[in-house]
Amino acid sequence: MPKVKVPRKTTNVDMTAMCDVAFLLLTFFMLTSNFVAKEPIVVAVPSSISEFKIQERDILTVLIDKEGKVFIGLDAQNDRREVLDSVGKAYSISFTEKELNEYSKIGMMGVPIERMQAFLALKQEERDSKESALGIPTDSLNNQFKVWIRKARKVNSNLRLAIKADSQTPYKVIKDVMATLVEIKENRYNLITSLEKDPNQ
Amino acid sequence: MAEMQEKEGKKGKKQKQKKHPTRVDLTPMVDLGFLLITFFMLTTSMLKPQTMEISVPSKDKVQEDEVNKVKASQAMTILLGKDNTLYYFFGNGENGLPPVLINTDYSSEGVRTVLMTKNYDVMKQVEQLKKDKADKKVNEEDYKTRLSEYRASKNAPVVMIKAADDSNYKNLVDILDEMNICNIGRYAIVDITPEDLALMAKTTTAAK
Repeated sequence: MPKVKVPRKTTNVDMTAMCDVAFLLLTFFMLTSNFVAKEPIVVAVPSSISEFKIQERDILTVLIDKEGKVFIGLDAQNDRREVLDSVGKAYSISFTEKELNEYSKIGMMGVPIERMQAFLALKQEERDSKESALGIPTDSLNNQFKVWIRKARKVNSNLRLAIKADSQTPYKVIKDVMATLVEIKENRYNLITSLEKDPNQ
Repeated sequence: MAEMQEKEGKKGKKQKQKKHPTRVDLTPMVDLGFLLITFFMLTTSMLKPQTMEISVPSKDKVQEDEVNKVKASQAMTILLGKDNTLYYFFGNGENGLPPVLINTDYSSEGVRTVLMTKNYDVMKQVEQLKKDKADKKVNEEDYKTRLSEYRASKNAPVVMIKAADDSNYKNLVDILDEMNICNIGRYAIVDITPEDLALMAKTTTAAK
């Protein structure tokens, strides 16, 4: 019995077009995006109708979590070394070249300066642990936060402050931070919020 | 694909140089492309966050402001309490009588209505301005200057925001947001006084 031959269709599809699309998209994503800075804690920011965008570069983010722990992060890697060095000097701690290099890789941190050396000696994976997220002291007796901001400002005068706080943060913490900023004459800053629809429109 | 070229090669009698297929299988390359796309999509943030810009006067400037106090008819104070409570009163309590606190909330029927009624003239002007802008009667620059002009007009209300320590950050942002929505150009975040706190506590217990 003669077999009926089913014509075999080739399963090969021309991939060139698909490849083009994939790389086009890839290029698009590479050019339009900036990396998400890793944050030691997750905060849920409140929403507002404000559509004001912050400048692209030279941002100092002040992250405040629910319990009122304060973290700071500089976006410019080159500035980080210098800032840590000068903050260290203010507390008469001298950091080695290796420690400075280590620090320049960290996006955001909240460690009291006296524990900084121990923190930098940790491995990268261990830094994210709960114990390392102590927060920078902001109380009036030991206001390291103030020193950090002041030194950062000295290193980069174009710096823009952005406060990113959790919705549930008690106002007291915010007030302390704001009062500190006023004290060192940082009168303009941005509050990071998520977008909400303007009821007037 | 490759077979086609082979067939062609057999046709010619001349010993042709063996033709290499010019087509390459691109599937792995596509795979790689999409893998990288996925990576970039997951690790990047496309949009910059929205922010609210605030400028706080420095300490010496505040004292100066206190000297030229606001007129009682324009002044309004908003008190933010714990558990999302919100109180407000008009005037600056200069006539000796303690101000009467009125309880409201953060909803659009609450404090927003109050602010909008208080700021009615400015709201109307701004609305007109926005309409003009939509009709292309005013350009972007004009719009901005006139908007800030209206907002800072002499007769517009001046709002003092006093947040208690046990209110939260969301409350503050909400109120600042309301200031933007209701086009109030002159407002300040002021430290809460013990009198305000006592007043707030009294009103809360009275309501219960």
